[in-house]
Amino acid sequence: MSKAINIRNLSLYYGKAKALKEVTLDIEANKSTAFIGPSGCGKSTLLRCLNRLNDLIEGVKIEGEITISGTNIYDPSIDLTNLRRNVGMVFQKSNPFPLSIYENIAYGLKIAGIKDKSKLDHVVEKSLKGAALWDEVKDRLNESAYGLSGGQQQRLCIARAIAVEPTILLMDEPCSALDPIATAKVEELIKELKKDYTIVIVTHNMQQASRVSDYTAFMFLGELIEFDETKTIFMNPSIQQTNDYISGRFG
Amino acid sequence: MKKYFKDGSTYVWLTGAMASLSMLLVAGLFLLIFYYGFSTFWQSNVATVKLKDGSYISGEFKKEGKNYNDEDTIQLKIGNRDLYGLDFRWFTKKNIDSVSYDKELLLVERNEWGVFYGFPKELQIGNESIIYERDKDRFYQILEQKLKFKKTVVMKIEDLEHKISKINYNLKNLDLERKSSTLERKEEIENEVLLIEEKYQVLEKRLFEQADKLKNIKLRLYTSDGLEKTLTLENIERYLKPNSLSILGKIGLYFSKIWEFVSDEPRESNTEGGVFPAIFGTVLMVLIMSIVVLPLGVIAAVYLNEYAKPGKFLNLVRICVNNLAGVPSIVFGVFGLGFFIYGIGGTLDQLFFSDALPSPTFGTGGILWASLTLALLTVPVVIVSTEEGLNAVPKGIRDGSLALGSTKWETLKNIIIPSAMPGILTGLILAIARATGEVAPLMITGVVKLAPSMPIDSFFPYLHFERKFMHLGFHIYDVGFQSPNSEAALPMVFSTTLLLILIVITLNLTAILLRNRLKKKYKGMI
Repeated sequence: MSKAINIRNLSLYYGKAKALKEVTLDIEANKSTAFIGPSGCGKSTLLRCLNRLNDLIEGVKIEGEITISGTNIYDPSIDLTNLRRNVGMVFQKSNPFPLSIYENIAYGLKIAGIKDKSKLDHVVEKSLKGAALWDEVKDRLNESAYGLSGGQQQRLCIARAIAVEPTILLMDEPCSALDPIATAKVEELIKELKKDYTIVIVTHNMQQASRVSDYTAFMFLGELIEFDETKTIFMNPSIQQTNDYISGRFG
Repeated sequence: MKKYFKDGSTYVWLTGAMASLSMLLVAGLFLLIFYYGFSTFWQSNVATVKLKDGSYISGEFKKEGKNYNDEDTIQLKIGNRDLYGLDFRWFTKKNIDSVSYDKELLLVERNEWGVFYGFPKELQIGNESIIYERDKDRFYQILEQKLKFKKTVVMKIEDLEHKISKINYNLKNLDLERKSSTLERKEEIENEVLLIEEKYQVLEKRLFEQADKLKNIKLRLYTSDGLEKTLTLENIERYLKPNSLSILGKIGLYFSKIWEFVSDEPRESNTEGGVFPAIFGTVLMVLIMSIVVLPLGVIAAVYLNEYAKPGKFLNLVRICVNNLAGVPSIVFGVFGLGFFIYGIGGTLDQLFFSDALPSPTFGTGGILWASLTLALLTVPVVIVSTEEGLNAVPKGIRDGSLALGSTKWETLKNIIIPSAMPGILTGLILAIARATGEVAPLMITGVVKLAPSMPIDSFFPYLHFERKFMHLGFHIYDVGFQSPNSEAALPMVFSTTLLLILIVITLNLTAILLRNRLKKKYKGMI
């Protein structure tokens, strides 16, 4: 099966409000898939379903099925820790922990019970290199992560996410709080990362979606309107609504 | 005019004035306490006053006033309580003929009857006698020598007393053992007790011998109005010639008196000497309280903030916690007495210390119960500020940690609670500040006017949580308002207040510095 994630008839309710309406979608492995759509269309909610981060919110009810490499992640027997280690996530606002740069990267591994110093050193270096941050921070690994700039902090969060070696990386508007230069760096990084990871990215920025993604899903009011290769969506959408949104007529 | 009020500048003025007024009041309070607290230790000159009726009296001028005839009066601390019956006397200024400051006047601090003002006459050592007028230098030389001798004797006496208390401790243990042992063992114990008692007799004899050495040395003095008084070396704490002291000498004396105040045991029903046991009791009690209240408050707050299901019931619990902080402290004291002392303490006694009954071990007031009572009193403060600290941790950080596969508990332990540390410490600071100054609940849970022994000593198990203790706040109340000689104790009240304030400031400052360091660490966490 070349599809990394299969979403089948997924509906999500916040109390009585239905935020996702029977979404069905297959996401390819080692490609990057973008979710676009106006604010409140449910794209972030859908993303957070993929690592079950919505579970924590009071009053959320989920119907339908998501399978990742053949297992239903909403099966009661699933181990959340393993799932989230397999599905990493980068958030809209960079959220480094109040620890040193080194400790931030090593956090996921330490939680997993890895204590071997040389192994940790190796992973920290590898992850920081993978997030194109190593050269900038290698001399101050033991300083607080809060001393980094916004763009660096976001790349630190990416490094932290890939340190636990997930197969899937979720990104929730990773560049919305960054300036253009930092954005360009992170985008460059995403293009690099999709060689090794399946990337799902939520973005408001349509140029960004067209730049970094292979597939694009357009969502509106909790429904998946259209899903296709990015080229097709942007050049030749088959549904009028998509065309209107992309050409800026609404949203 | 209307515009003027609408403009709001009057309110700016009003708010500013109110803020300044509060600041002034606080500053005034501090200045007053600092002034009186520190001036206690300053030795002023001792005047010899000649009255118009031809009589003389010596003493230190304390304050001025007016009597009911609107005449100017002045208060003199005349000391010599054993001779005059009171320490202070008011004189009408017009009755005073002249005032002189005699260089040879002697001030003797005694271990009973307060200070003595007068002139030296004779030093008797056994049969030998040194008359002051004949050889003044030799008189002081020998007196100095004998006071040094007294120090060595006092050290010997303390050593003997320590040995005796050890014997008492052993006797008490044997006594307890005897109650619950076989006949054979009982005989053994009897023999042991006899042996120990023999040792005790020897030690006691040596103790009396040492004490007699001091009794044999006598200092004869007379007051400015001609009354005679003989002091034994045992009575004399120190002597000085206040009117011939240089300014440097006075400064030296000043600091030695401050040192005596913070390091010595109290004398003369707490009105003289030092307050060391009270300082020790206060600090130890606050430390025990902090150790108890911190985990208690933090764990409760974590549950309320992280695990409890939000809703009406949780709000009700929060309201109750907040109201708990407003309950009068004496109510907590009564609760402590009923729950800790009679309830838990009484049960402990029956389970583990039944040999000692009917005299209670834990079933009576003690430092542990007082600390626990104060911990209850301050736990709401810690809960509230910890919750604030936990709330201030951004949601993004929680999500970040969860998304890396850590459980909620791991997230709490590794990220959230450390980040909330500044808030937690704020709670602790408030708790310490409140607990240090609290007196009412302590009065029924273990504070005493004079504790026979400290809560920490050299006998197993070293820390005696069941013991009663002294406390600076209670000391202030006791010395200032329960002492038969409150006028003489007044300086002591001010210095003790000052000390209590300084201790609160020190404890707070430590916690604040710690918090600021942590805040710096977490700075930038948005």
